[in-house]
Formats: sequence, structure tokens, C-alpha cells
Amino acid sequence: MLTSRALLRGLKSGFWRPLSSTSSVQAAHGKDMSPDVLDPSVPQYNNRLDTPLSDVPFVRNLNSEQRQLKEKEKGPWTKLTKEEKIALYRLTHELTYPEMRRGSSEWKTVLGGVFIFLGFSGMLVWWQRIFVFGEVPHTLSDEWVEKQTQRMIDMRVNPVGGFAYHWDYVKKQWK
Amino acid sequence: FSPVGKMFRAVVRLSTSGVRNLARTRPCYSAPLSARCYSHAKVETDEEFDARWVTYFSKPDIDAWELKKGMNTLIGYDLVPEPKILDSALRACRRLNDLASAIRILEAVKDKSGPHKDIYPYLIQELQPTLTELGISTPEDLGMDIL
Repeated sequence: MLTSRALLRGLKSGFWRPLSSTSSVQAAHGKDMSPDVLDPSVPQYNNRLDTPLSDVPFVRNLNSEQRQLKEKEKGPWTKLTKEEKIALYRLTHELTYPEMRRGSSEWKTVLGGVFIFLGFSGMLVWWQRIFVFGEVPHTLSDEWVEKQTQRMIDMRVNPVGGFAYHWDYVKKQWK
Repeated sequence: FSPVGKMFRAVVRLSTSGVRNLARTRPCYSAPLSARCYSHAKVETDEEFDARWVTYFSKPDIDAWELKKGMNTLIGYDLVPEPKILDSALRACRRLNDLASAIRILEAVKDKSGPHKDIYPYLIQELQPTLTELGISTPEDLGMDIL
């Protein structure tokens, strides 16, 4: 949550959809945004796997249709249709267990952002290599390295287990 | 005389004295159920646990708060409740005219079973008479077990 918010600000981009915590989305879903519900000193509704029955039902202000359904609930439940049963469930609970357990695709955003920034850093390093760094020292040229290697072989550098050990002095080649 | 017989007698003698020693140094052996030297508190058996919870939910004038508290506590334990406890809880939901809680209870025990996928079908099988009698649909019937 926090990383993707920082990412939004960092990229200064407007085309990510706002996350579902904005009030307009909540209002559309019928969530009770009245000050009473936002008061933490009063029992709250929450979706928790370890607390199946929440302190208060999800929808508390029932319209007449919902109140009628609640009345019907007092009678035999065999008379309720499937849609009515689902409606009753949704009045009391916002999310089902599978919905609570559902993950999000946020990791894709995070990973994408990480790669974007890594790429940008790579661009900076590349630019630096071209426009900031001077020429490489002449001692790294192929000609110089050849002469240097020959000198190291002649000197028998690390003859036991290192450099000259790998040179076959009889056949005059690398082993 | 066979050396084996002598050995046997020696073993017997050793064992009897050993038993006496044992009785003197480990008094907790008197408890029938406990096999270790824990405190002498009585451990509740599974049947007692089940009976206690069935009684809790069977209260005729149980109120909504008690149902919620009982259910949330039960789900907090490291176990999946027995069908008889769930039966009692579902009937309590019926007395409180709360179908949503009944369905929620079924969802909760399925979730509680975790990776053991054979527990939930067993529970539904055991509870089927109650479910049909009270008219409680399972989350699967209502299509709520999938997203």
C-alpha cells in the first residue's frame, strides 16, 4: 500500500486508477461513511478471517425493501429464494471468505516500478560513461597487455598455483 | 543351577527394588491420565469440551452478542468444531432469525480446515439433516465459494 502510493507520487502520473479506499468508490458500494461509523470508540464492522461474526452488520440503515426481507427472515428459511439468502448475507457481511482471501495485483505495480527506476539508473550510468568519463589508460590496450603477459610469463609469476603455472613452457602455450 | 535362572532372579529382585524406588521418588505416578510431571490440574477431555460448547449454544434465550462471542472464540481455537457444536450454533442462529450468520459459520469452518480439504465435506455431510430442516443453504449452493 505504502510503496505503491510513493510510486504514484514519484512518477507524477495520473493514469493509475485510485485505490478502492477513496470515498466515492465506497459510497458506490453502499459502505456507511457516516461519522458514526468512522468513530473508533463505537463497535465497527470488519472483515476478518478469524472473526466470522462482526460486532455490527455491514449495512445498518435498511431501506424498506431490506426491512421487508428481514421480516421474511423471521419465518421459515426454506421459503427464501437463493437471491434473497445472498442478499441477507450481503446485508450483514461485506466480503465473503474467498473475497477476503483474494490477493491483489499490487506486486506487479511494485515490480514494474522497481524495474523502471533500475532502468533509469542504468540510463544515468550509461550517460555518465559516455559524457563524463575520459579515455581508458593506455596500459589497458591489447598491445600493452600482450607485452605485459609475455613479461609475466618470462618472470614466472606465481609458478606454483597461479599465473605461470598455467603456461606450458615446453609446448609454449597455455595448458 | 543355570546361570540364566540366577540372572532372572537377580533381574526380578532389581526390578522390585526399582519399583519401590520409583514409587518413592515420583509421586505423580498416582494420577491415571497424566503421563508426565505437569501440574495437577485436570485436563478437559474432547467430549467435555464438545459438551460445554453444545450447551453454550443450546441456551434457549441466547442473544446475538453471545452467539457472536461464542462463535468468534470457537474459531479462535486451534481446532475445527465438531458437527454437534455447529448444529447447536446453527440452531441458535435460527432462534435469532439470523441466516447470514449461519452461512458465515459454514464459511468459517471451511476456512478453518485450511489445507485439510476433507474436513468440510464431512461436516456438511453430518449437518445435512439440520441444513435441510432449517433451510440453510451452503455457500456452495449460493455460489459464494468462488470469486
